[in-house]
Amino acid sequence: MRAMRKAAIQRGVIAILDVGTSKIACLVLRFDGPEKLRSADGVGPMAGQSDFRVIGAATTRSRGVRFGEVDTMAETERAIRTAVQMAQKMANVRVDHVIACIAGAQPRSYGLAGEVELHEGQVGEADVARALAACEMPDIGPAREVLHAHPVNFALDHRSGLGDPRGHVGQRLAVDMHLLAVEADAIQNLVFCIHRCDLELAGIASSAYVAGIAALVEDEQELGAACIDLGGGISGVSVFIKKHMIFADAVRMGGEHITSDISKGLQVPVSVAERLKTFHGGVQATGMDDREMIEIGGDSGDWEKDRRRVSRAELIGIMRPRVEEILEELRALLDAAGFDSLPSQQIVLTGGASQIPGLDGLAARILGHNVRLGRPLRVQGLPQAATGAGFASAVGLALFAAHPQDEWWDFEIPAERYPARSLKKAVRWFRDNW
Amino acid sequence: MRPLGAATLVAPPRPAPRVLHRDPAPSRMRYKLNRLWLTPLVRGLARIGLPLVLIVGMFGLWLGDAGQRAALADRFEALKTQIQSRPEFEVSLLRIEGASPAVDAAIRTMLPVTLPASSFALDLGRLRATIASLDAVATVDLRVQKGVLAVQVVERVPAVLWRHAAGVEMLDATGHRIATVISRDLRPELPLIAGEGAAEAVPEALAVLAAAAPLLARARGLVRIGARRWDLVLDRDQRILLPETGAVQAVERLLALDRAEDLLARDFTHLDLRLAARPTLRLSVDAQEEFLRVTGRATTSAVNR
Repeated sequence: MRAMRKAAIQRGVIAILDVGTSKIACLVLRFDGPEKLRSADGVGPMAGQSDFRVIGAATTRSRGVRFGEVDTMAETERAIRTAVQMAQKMANVRVDHVIACIAGAQPRSYGLAGEVELHEGQVGEADVARALAACEMPDIGPAREVLHAHPVNFALDHRSGLGDPRGHVGQRLAVDMHLLAVEADAIQNLVFCIHRCDLELAGIASSAYVAGIAALVEDEQELGAACIDLGGGISGVSVFIKKHMIFADAVRMGGEHITSDISKGLQVPVSVAERLKTFHGGVQATGMDDREMIEIGGDSGDWEKDRRRVSRAELIGIMRPRVEEILEELRALLDAAGFDSLPSQQIVLTGGASQIPGLDGLAARILGHNVRLGRPLRVQGLPQAATGAGFASAVGLALFAAHPQDEWWDFEIPAERYPARSLKKAVRWFRDNW
Repeated sequence: MRPLGAATLVAPPRPAPRVLHRDPAPSRMRYKLNRLWLTPLVRGLARIGLPLVLIVGMFGLWLGDAGQRAALADRFEALKTQIQSRPEFEVSLLRIEGASPAVDAAIRTMLPVTLPASSFALDLGRLRATIASLDAVATVDLRVQKGVLAVQVVERVPAVLWRHAAGVEMLDATGHRIATVISRDLRPELPLIAGEGAAEAVPEALAVLAAAAPLLARARGLVRIGARRWDLVLDRDQRILLPETGAVQAVERLLALDRAEDLLARDFTHLDLRLAARPTLRLSVDAQEEFLRVTGRATTSAVNR
């Protein structure tokens, strides 16, 4: 998959596919070669953000996806086809490689630690590789797979917090890793859908993680922050510190649950409920809202039913408990992860459901004081329609494609992991002894 | 303060009952075809290759029939003829300049075209070569000007008469033949040359004649001897033998001798100048006898002869 990603970037065009519960977004990126702007106007590489340009963007209503997982394969495939074809049409180029993200699939975080003695005084790449290999693989459960594994922190003897230990002198090298495991079946389903669309998968990432990349600013990533991606069917949370994700989890509730609450409470179709939520929704009722009446209508033919009106306060009264429930679940997740002990406790709300008016006030009351609403980073060529909070994971995925953090530490497998008669071992022995 | 009930009328426009439209998802085949169409190679083939193949193929099929090819050629020929026979290209007059009447007549009879004709039908190069093949013509220019075929001729200038076994011919300064003359008396102003290889050495002959200008009143002509040297023939059967090289200098020397010694007034038959150091005279019979008589050495042999 890494080779596939490199091949795609070599070819210059890659698609980003955010398969969400309520919408499927597809961006087509064109890579103009690395660091093309660098000499031109003094802009640095910016972690790969200047490398690419969005040349096609399309969004379509998602079908067959529930809780961020593929539920009906054929429907999902059709939705992906729609989005990809629209984006291809806008970009006027054929896309063969796609990087996708998945929100559901029950992500679970594991913290790993590994420690090795150094043969020589200085830390070399081989030592880092050995330290990474020394981490014990946790029991992630059957039918689960590792989605991300980042070395978060290196410690050399008694010095901790090293970003890059190579070249340092010491005796013992310890590494802390963060590993994110997800359900293998959900991933398989998504991969199958993508393959059915004649696309090659060049990478896959967790939606909460990439939303954090896009919505958190650099100092928040550095000092410690949680990104809450309030999606349609699932609300992901990812915690960042020192520019690494150290925790990710998801609550299986989202904006569609609010919609269904409205639909049930007001006895209206889901589409009308969605419209009511989008136009009149809120979480903070005021005295004015009691007087603002909303016609909800209906197609029953019964005059009484079709003339129904609700006050906005009633609508808020339906929405607020569900939003509170989601936020409290998230709060529980963050508490369980030990978010309280981070030096900075910034919380950034993003995702489509974060656009509910008054959400930041409610979230501040439940989650803590440092809450802000986040929108994705601006990248070149992104259409105005795709700059909203709902596109945080799509934009983050584009950034991830340009600069994958997984591959910061791309080392050879340590020699002792190879079979005993490996030629490489002989070469290594030869090199070490001569 | 407005009454509470009034505020209930603040209502947004009624949400139109939204009918869910047909699923916009493309079918699998349409999706694949769309992607195929976005492939650069396929696109290039369809937009350039296919029309090209179609046009070439149709043209080839059409030309494959021999009848069609012949018809096309006929149509082309007809069009060509139609254009060439337009009055703008018609040449109806022949104008000859710089030619004597005889040459003029000769050119008019020689030219193989019948006027009026289209200017495309005139092969000016060939006409020019034909006219230039006339001996009397030095250079010729042909041009078509507003329906007139203008022939500009420069004739050769006669320089000498050449008498040979078959008759007398006029030559120009380079020795090129101009015309045959019936009698030498028709062009008395031209000097006469004769002998084997005389025509090839006309420039030298002219130089000799120019040097011998004071003698021309008495000169009968130049005779080429053995195709290598000239004899200057004077009246009274006198003959001056000029050397192979330096004939002009010999003539000048002769003139100088004549001025000093009045040589040419003497009674001799041959004056041999071939050896520059020793001009030799052959006296006539009378002069010999007179000379012997004067010197007192008369013999009978001369008398007997």
